[in-house]
Parts: sequence; C-alpha cells; structure tokens
Amino acid sequence: MSTPLLGVGEEEGQSNVSLLTSSSSLDSSRQNGSVFKERNYMGLSECSSVDSSTISNISDGSNGSCLNLKATELRLGLPGSQSPERDSELCLVSSTKLDEKPLFPLHPLKDGNCSNLQRTITSGNKRGFSDAMDGFSEGKFSEVNVMLSPRPSLNSSMKSVSAKETTGTQAAKLKEVVPQSTVQERPRTVNESVSNRVGATSNNTGAPAPKAQVVGWPPVKSFRKNSLASTSKVAEEVDGKSGPGALFVKVSMDGAPYLRKVDLRTYSTYQDLSSALEKMFSCFTIGQCGSHGVEGKEVLSESKLKDLLHGSEYVLTYEDKDGDWMLVGDVPWEMFIDTCKRLRIMKSSDAIGLAPRAVEKNRSRN
Amino acid sequence: MAHSLSTPSFPEEVLEHVFSFLSSDKDRNAVSVVCKSWYEIERCCRRRIFIGNCYAVSPRTVIQRFQDVRSVELKGKPHFADFNLVPEGWGGYVHPWIAAMAAAYPWLEEIRLKRMVVTDESLELISKSFKNFKVLVLSTCEGFSTDGLAAIAANCRNLRELDLRESEVEDLSGHWLSHFPETCTSLVSLNIACLGSEVSFSALERLVARSPNLRTLRLNRAVPLEKLPILLHRAPHLVELGTGAYSAESRPDVFSNLAEAFSACKQLKGLSGFWDLVPAYLPAVYSVCSKLTSLNLSYATIQSPDLVKLICQCHSLQRLWVLDYIEDAGLEILARSCKDLQELRVFPSDPYGAEENVPLTERGLVAVSEGCPKLHSVLYFCRRMSNAALVAIARSCPNFICFRLCIIEPRTPDYLTLEPFDTGFGAIVERCKELRRLSLSGLLTDRVFGYIGQHGKKLEMLSVAFAGDSDLGLHHVLSGCESLRKLEIRDCPFGDKPLLANAAKLETMRSLWMSSCSVSFGACKLLAQKLPRLNVEVMDERGPPDSRPESCPVEKLYIYRTVAGPRFDMPDFVWKMEEGAGLRYS
Repeated sequence: MSTPLLGVGEEEGQSNVSLLTSSSSLDSSRQNGSVFKERNYMGLSECSSVDSSTISNISDGSNGSCLNLKATELRLGLPGSQSPERDSELCLVSSTKLDEKPLFPLHPLKDGNCSNLQRTITSGNKRGFSDAMDGFSEGKFSEVNVMLSPRPSLNSSMKSVSAKETTGTQAAKLKEVVPQSTVQERPRTVNESVSNRVGATSNNTGAPAPKAQVVGWPPVKSFRKNSLASTSKVAEEVDGKSGPGALFVKVSMDGAPYLRKVDLRTYSTYQDLSSALEKMFSCFTIGQCGSHGVEGKEVLSESKLKDLLHGSEYVLTYEDKDGDWMLVGDVPWEMFIDTCKRLRIMKSSDAIGLAPRAVEKNRSRN
Repeated sequence: MAHSLSTPSFPEEVLEHVFSFLSSDKDRNAVSVVCKSWYEIERCCRRRIFIGNCYAVSPRTVIQRFQDVRSVELKGKPHFADFNLVPEGWGGYVHPWIAAMAAAYPWLEEIRLKRMVVTDESLELISKSFKNFKVLVLSTCEGFSTDGLAAIAANCRNLRELDLRESEVEDLSGHWLSHFPETCTSLVSLNIACLGSEVSFSALERLVARSPNLRTLRLNRAVPLEKLPILLHRAPHLVELGTGAYSAESRPDVFSNLAEAFSACKQLKGLSGFWDLVPAYLPAVYSVCSKLTSLNLSYATIQSPDLVKLICQCHSLQRLWVLDYIEDAGLEILARSCKDLQELRVFPSDPYGAEENVPLTERGLVAVSEGCPKLHSVLYFCRRMSNAALVAIARSCPNFICFRLCIIEPRTPDYLTLEPFDTGFGAIVERCKELRRLSLSGLLTDRVFGYIGQHGKKLEMLSVAFAGDSDLGLHHVLSGCESLRKLEIRDCPFGDKPLLANAAKLETMRSLWMSSCSVSFGACKLLAQKLPRLNVEVMDERGPPDSRPESCPVEKLYIYRTVAGPRFDMPDFVWKMEEGAGLRYS
C-alpha cells in the first residue's frame, strides 16, 4: 500500500514546514521584533493574534525530548513551504502535541494553555472556531490517526485487501508510530490523561509489547475499519462528485460572471492550488504569497507583507463542513480538503476583519 | 401407559404436522433421535437447515438425509477471520454446496451464508438453478463481484431479499441493479450498504417504486443525501432504512425535503447508515425518533452533543450502535432516556491510537447498566475499566446474554487498584446465569477462568486474548463450561496439557481456535490420532510443521468436529493432522 506511506512522507514534509515556520517566526520576532512570520500565503489568519501568547510558550516548552514524530506531525502553519531542518522543533512539538488540537498553528504546552488557546480562538471572528476544529477532529481522524488506522482502500470501493497486506501495512505504519506518545487531536481530552502522558514515549499501561505490532487487535472488523478510515476523507458526493478519486468543489470569484470547479485531489499543497486558481482567474494574485513561502526561513519583511495583503485585491476563503467561511491556509492540507466544500475568492475589502487586523495586532506586539 | 413398541402412536401424517410447528433446530434434532420412525418422519419434513461449520458435514450427507430443504444457512471461516487472523485462501468455499444443492433441491428458496467465499459462478448457478429462489443473505462473504449480483438480479424472478451485509464485493460497476427486470416487484429487503461504487440512481428509484412490499432498504454511501427523499417518497412503508452518506451542501430546500420525506415514513423503526454525518441535517429525522427501536450510528463521526440530541428523543430505542464519541456523558443521558434499551454497542473511533481520545470510560457502561433494566447484550470498547465497575454492572444487569468488553490495550489492569479483572468478570459470570457469550480483555489470571468454569454453565461462546498464566486457565474452561460450543483464544500461555486432558470435550464443541499460544505440533498430532472425528488443522506460514521439532508451538490451530473427514481444499499453509499418517498436505 504505497498510498498511506506516501501520506506519511507528505505529512512529514509539511509538518517539517510548519515547524520551521513557527520556529522562524519565533526567531524573527525575537530578533527584530517587528516581523510577523508568514503563516500562510493568504495573509494572516486570526490565529496569529495568539502568536504572542503562545510563541513564548513554545520557546519555554522546549524540553529536548526528541521524539520521532515524523509520521504523526501535523502542520502547524503554512503547508506548502519547505524547510529541511526541524530537530529542535520536533522536540518542541512532541511534548506539546498531546491532546490539544495539533491542527492549530501554535501549540501551547500545557492543557491549561490549550484551553486558553481554544477560548482565544473562539473569541476570534471565525465563528465557532472550536466547532470548526471539532469538525476536523470530530469524526475524521487527523493525519495521525489516519496513519495509524489501516487504510487499505482509499477509494470508496470496498475492494478487498488481503489480510497480509492490511496487517503488513498496519504493522508498518504503527511501527513508525510506536515511539510517539500520543497522536490524538481531540481538544477535549480529559486533563487527567495529560499528566500521565506528557512526554511519555511508551504507553502508560506498561504493556510488555509495543501494541503497534499486534495483528487483529483490537478486534474491529475490516469493514468498519475501512469505513471509518475513509470517513476521514472528504465526502465526495457533496459537490456533484465524479467518482471516488476526485473531489470537485466550486470556485466562485467576486465579480466573475461564472463559477469554476476544481478537483482538490489533483493538488497536494496550497501553493499548487493557488497557482491553478491564479491561472483560472487571471487577476488572482495569491500565487505570489505561495512563492514567498518556499523560501522558508527567509524573513518576510513588513513591506513585502504589506504588498501581499494590500496589493492583492483578493483573499481566498472556503466554506467548511459546518458552513463557516474560513481563510484558506490555516490548517494542514489534508485537513483542508477534508472539510472544504467550496471556495470563494473574496475581495479583500470584504475580508476586513481577517488579515488586516491580524497584521495590525502583530505589528503592535512586535 | 403401555404401547406396542413396534407401531407408532400416531399416523405419520399427524406426526409430520406436529413437527411442522417445530422451528428450532435444537427441537428438531431432539425429535429426530427419539426413535427411528421419528427420525424418518422428521427428516422428510425438515425444510430449514443450519450448518454452523461448513466443513463439519459434507453436502452429500446433508442431501442424503434431508430431501426437501427450502432454506439453508452455512457458516465458513472461523470468527477470528473478521480480524485478519485467518490468512487468505484458508477455505470456506460455498461452490461445492451450491453445486450439490442445485441438483438436489430445485425448490430451494433461501440461502444464508456467513464468512464464506462465494464466486460469481456460484451466484450464477444459484440464480439459474432454483426457480423459486427468494432470499440471499451474504454476511461478511467475499470472492464475488457485481457481475454475480447482476445474475441474481436478472434471473431470480421472485427475489424477496438481497442482503450483502458487510461483504467484500468487487465493484465492477453500478449497473448490476438495472438487471432487475421490470416485472420484478417482489422485493422486501435490499441491503447494498457495503458496495463502494455508485449504483444507477434511476434504476434504484424505479426498483423501489415497483416494490410495494419493500420494508428494508439499506443504501450504500454513494447514494447522495439530496436524493434520499425521492426514495423515501417511493417507499413510505419502510420499516428499516439505511441512509447513504448523510451530508450535503447547506441548502434549506434539501433539509426541508428530507424532513418532509422522513415524516411521511410512519412505520420506520430502524435507521442506519449515516456516513459522513453532518449534524445540521440530523434534525430531519427527529419526526421518526419516537418510534425508533434500532439505531445504528456507528459510522456517524459526530460529537456527543449532537448524538445526544438525537438519542434522547428515541424513547422506544431497543438497540443502539454508536461510536465512542458519545462519551460517558452521552451514555448517561442514554440511560435516562431509553429505558427499553436491550442492546448497546460502542465502537472505538480510534482503535489504534495510543491514548484515550474521548472521555469514554467504564462510567458510561455502568450508567447504562444501571439505567436500562432490559439491557442484555453489550459490546463495549474502552480504554479503562475497574473491577468495581464490573461488579456494579453485574449487579445491575443479571440478565446479560452477551457481554463483550474490549479494553483496548492488552493486559490493562484495573485502573484503580492495578489488579487483574478476575473479580470483575467473575462477578459477571456468577450473576448472569443466562450468559451465552462472553469476550474477555484486560489483565487476567487463571482465576478468572476458574470462575468461568465454575459459573458459566450456559456459556456457549468464549473469546479470550492476552490472558491467563498457565495451562490451568484453559483447563478450567474446558472442564467446567458444559454448554461451550465455540472457544477462540489468542496470545495466551495455554499449552498441550489441558487440550490433551480434555480432548473428548472438543468433540462436543463446534470449534476451537488457538493462535499464538503454546500448543506444540506433537500435541496436535496426538489429538488427531486420539480423536478421528476432529479435524485438527495447523496453520503455519513458516513452513511445514515437521520441519521443526515436535515441541515447537504452532502459530495457529483450528480444531473442529466433523463427520466429513479431512477436507481437500486447504491452502499450502494449512496442515491437517491425520491419524497415524502424520502430516497430510492439501
């Protein structure tokens, strides 16, 4: 099963990205105190409004427990920008990814911070942010979980997968996961479980064998496993789907006479998507932001940022499964295509309250 | 009263008429051993046969004894095949049965198969051989494609029931449904939930429209929610509905259509499906909630508040299948709202995760057992449990017939006391005198098996994993559980001695499965020698068992009683221990 393994790599790359992004933002904000590290090419999400509170947490939180979380890391910020190094960031994330929403760009360490974070988020102008986040996690597995649970069939056809294949895949994937302590993203995990598990590299029940190796345990029928695993993939039927492999969503642009449709599955990063949209709607300027992201650690000057935001007339937003309009770019790509129902290229004048405010906040802080 | 022993008390016709009221196999079997004439009468009028292990008897034997059977139910692979413990190609092929019955039972009406390998060829043969064929149920089967279904659809003129529950079907196209002729109006039940690809909706709609007797319809995920009202309007007398994917773009007209369609289904008692459930559309079913007796939300990945909003309106609910997203809090509300609840299954949303991802613990199960006096069947996945909770559950629900607890992490102890769960499960078997099925989990010593052997007198099926300390555990079970029919064990330190000591017991059971235990190859050979009416099958993918020392434990062992002798369709990793002859390869 190459697909899940590909998925691992993909996420690894992307999580590396995000980690680096957050760390570079850390550095830059400490260094010159005036620059907001780009988190996404669309400009700033409201999440940045909590950067200040959480950045310090991250830096404090580095406890050097370097767990290999490659397979399970979720992107913290802009997916699509590349970054090679991530060791220290891995450590940072490892202890922080316990039971708070790893989808969220910045990870507080403690549970308490996590709930602060949640509250902060919900106070933002994304209505029901935590609902939206819950929307990600509520039923679908995070990439992490998807990695853990065998997904023998990624298309909706219930093709039988040989037992060996399934267990082999399962074992392979789970082996990767074994060193990690937890991979849950549900935000409401009880506090008691946190204290037991912070930084733990082994399971806390002291079971002798790494549970990842066990075939056929826990006893969940293949049919059920397959169904739940593919629930984490987006529901293709929503937008006049064209079969298991494709995910077509409508793209509307303010002022354009007609809508277009794109197959989200043909892209693997936000950058790809934005380039394609740029071609489709030629006045679309998002592509520029994406290319900046590729530079990775490069400091994004304030002037450049201004260009991106104010120079660009448009902001890319999407409607998620809960019906909320969200800024594209906040969440890991996989999560995005799971929840994206349609896209809208919004005039940035309509997007007042999103990016511009975040920039101001950042400026004042730094 | 004195009777002449050589003449029957009643004329045969009368006896036959009396026997026709006996539907249970047990009763019929009992009747058939009373005397020879009763045996003869019974065998002529038995219409329904159930064969729990397709290798226990040969088709020819069955056909020779029962000459005019109308309904056959067969089971193939061992239960642990559901969890990928039985390698591909093990067996369970139905074709020999179909071929034999095609010749012998032209009036066969019903075939129900579980965990068997069914080919398109078999399906075609079924469709052409039985003129009055009515019911086909394929439960967890595999090996066939939609082409086989097309044959069934096209040729079975009086088809009433086509149920593919959880089978693995090779989905070549959705067009098979169009093969139902326009003259086919007899459908009562259609379950295609396991199919991956889209079926032609217009064909489906027409089929539903011309099936006035349709009472059960389980759609597959590909049927879009927007189109569900169309089907519901065509089948307002539905009793059981499985939706397709339960999500759509947010559009008020979709919602109102859906709500209206549901409210027209006055007889709806059971709901399932709900893949990709979007909570916003859930209120559309509120109008039917009060009459629902069965609700399967186990594919609905929504959170507790939304689940609860639905469940607390279902006051007549008897059966609930749900994911652990319901949380303890949700189960507590369930316990308060659904006093008629009989069966509860809580499935894990993240079975392979390292940590608890939802607050679902023993509390939820305790609450439901306390609040629902009629609860008799439980399947519960959780990550922590305590003996105290199990004792409380046993006290609240002495009527359990089926109790299956899966504590996800193997060998997890009582989280409060760090002790094994011997006491807790002991309480269950002691209090629940009618317990027929039990699945154990968590940290367990030999003591629990002592309790089970002592109290589990009606226990018919026992599943054990990662439990026990020594041979004594297995011995307790084999020597104590009088009604035991199926025993499946994995990863337990049980070896040769209890098997050899209780060898005769094995002939009173349907089957025994042991994998990753300590049973040696030598013991397997010995068992086969001692008990010719057992098939002792060793599954070892490392190579022939006789290439290793006899004391070497085998990977997997499957022992079942049979009157059919050795089977000849085994794959190359299965060896049958033959008496005297040593090893026999397929």
